[in-house]
Amino acid sequence: MENKDKTDWRFKVANREALIGCGLALLNFVWWFGFAYGMGSRPVEEYSYILGMPDWFFYSCVVGFLLITALVIFVVKVFFKEVPFEEEEELR
Amino acid sequence: MNWEVIIPLLVFLVIIFFIGIWSSRKGAKVSGGDFLQDYFLGGRELGGFVLAMTMVATYGSASSFLGGPGTAYTMGFGWVLLAMSQIVTGYFVLMILGKKFAIMARRYQALTLVDFLKARYNSGPVVILSAAAIIIFLFSAMAAQWIGGARLVESLTGMSYHAALFIFAISVLVYVTIGGFRAVAVTDAVQGAVMVVGTMVLLAGVIIAGGGVTNIINDLISENPNLVTPFGADGNLGKAYVSSFWILVGVGVVGLPQIAVRSMSYKSSKSMHRALIIGTVVTGVIMLNMHLIGVFARPIIPGIDVGDKVIPLIAMDVLPAWLAGIVLAAPMAAIMSTVDSLLILVSSTVVKDVYLNYIKPDASIKAIKRASFGVTAVLGIIVYILALDPPDLLIFLNLFAFGGLEAAFIWPIVLGLYWSYANKYGAIASMITGIGSYIAIHFYNGANGNLFGVHTVTLPVLLSFIAFIIFSLIMKQEAYNYERIKKGEIA
Repeated sequence: MENKDKTDWRFKVANREALIGCGLALLNFVWWFGFAYGMGSRPVEEYSYILGMPDWFFYSCVVGFLLITALVIFVVKVFFKEVPFEEEEELR
Repeated sequence: MNWEVIIPLLVFLVIIFFIGIWSSRKGAKVSGGDFLQDYFLGGRELGGFVLAMTMVATYGSASSFLGGPGTAYTMGFGWVLLAMSQIVTGYFVLMILGKKFAIMARRYQALTLVDFLKARYNSGPVVILSAAAIIIFLFSAMAAQWIGGARLVESLTGMSYHAALFIFAISVLVYVTIGGFRAVAVTDAVQGAVMVVGTMVLLAGVIIAGGGVTNIINDLISENPNLVTPFGADGNLGKAYVSSFWILVGVGVVGLPQIAVRSMSYKSSKSMHRALIIGTVVTGVIMLNMHLIGVFARPIIPGIDVGDKVIPLIAMDVLPAWLAGIVLAAPMAAIMSTVDSLLILVSSTVVKDVYLNYIKPDASIKAIKRASFGVTAVLGIIVYILALDPPDLLIFLNLFAFGGLEAAFIWPIVLGLYWSYANKYGAIASMITGIGSYIAIHFYNGANGNLFGVHTVTLPVLLSFIAFIIFSLIMKQEAYNYERIKKGEIA
């Protein structure tokens, strides 16, 4: 058994990325819930329509989808690190 | 018989069949020692596109293409809102299991989810419980999809149920048996692409037939204004209930064995990164399109009372017959790609986790090969026979397959990866609590309405988390050292 604080650097990367995943999911949920029930709870007569769709739906689901896609792309390109999956001794 | 619809469907089946066979030939070249890894995990070399597509296609089943849009037809925009909670699966599963799962699975040389749990928890009961849960629940889920597939073929072509089932079964069985996981993944990629294109064509067709989105929405409002609110046609689709689907069809999907096993099948972190992006886009497009089609179909063909028929009927109504045939290959693709993944998963559980663990650990390569092909084929044939006249027990078990498996596996997988104090006592308690409380709450909700107004899956996922933590801490063990295990050395 080796030194305990010598955690595999790849695990630190993995932990960080898993936390980013939780963060994204939380943001996704808040956006989705906020627009759907924030705007959708008004009486139907007060809805406005964007591209034919009710505004709450447009923002919550259509814009929400585009936003989260953009965020996933951003996060993957900027924060995600490439790591080898095979053990290091094999790579050398 | 409606030949203009049948011919494109048949062509689709034949193409899938040959792609499956073709991709299996690559596996045939692999040398003996790697046979199991190749047959059950595609040699861990999936690229980003195939990985994303096989995840989406495995996940997207009859319910996303027939049941879901059918409910959207009845409930209106509230159900589309609910369905959009599934976008999260496109990135969440891969981000959470992510690199750690890929690294640990390679270290343990795990080929199945049960392998992973066995190495992490080093416990017989964990292996038996998890293998049993996978075999029982996924076997029933597979049979249910199989029945759905045959019903679809029956309703589209006018063939008898038995003939439809036979055609459906043969086409899936042959390529899965011969080709293993790689054939499943590659055909999933093609099927996923068919789903994306099919839903786009159909959505366009529906919007044109309805005279534009504004027109359709006005028709919906004049029929029942509730259809365009988030609260469902009767106004009783609650916030808590809809939000709880974020667990069932969103984050909880991490616990589904058929999805989790894909997270150990990819080649490199580059493929994982690509799959994250492609998977999110594809899941979003499919879910948004299919459920919008369901809602938009309502003013065009009013009065459909069987939800599953909405998509076939609307496709045949708004598209020329030959194009409808091509588009209807999409739900068929969704069903096939789910069935094939479940079949190979159940087969891997039987061969790797039961046969090689308990029955014949020293089996020769030849015997393993024979067992793998044999078990896959026999399982397929048993499902076929059961689907001819589905027993009630099967239908019953299928009710728990999705949520029950999530409640059982989510914490043993996630906490096993990230919490070093997770131990076998926690895992066993969590699995038993998860499945047990799922079944109990299912009956309670059936009799009394939803407890706390949320979907059945919510409480079992919470309870199994609590059970996991409590039992892990009470049965104190020293922290698990993720570094100690070197390649191939199973604890």
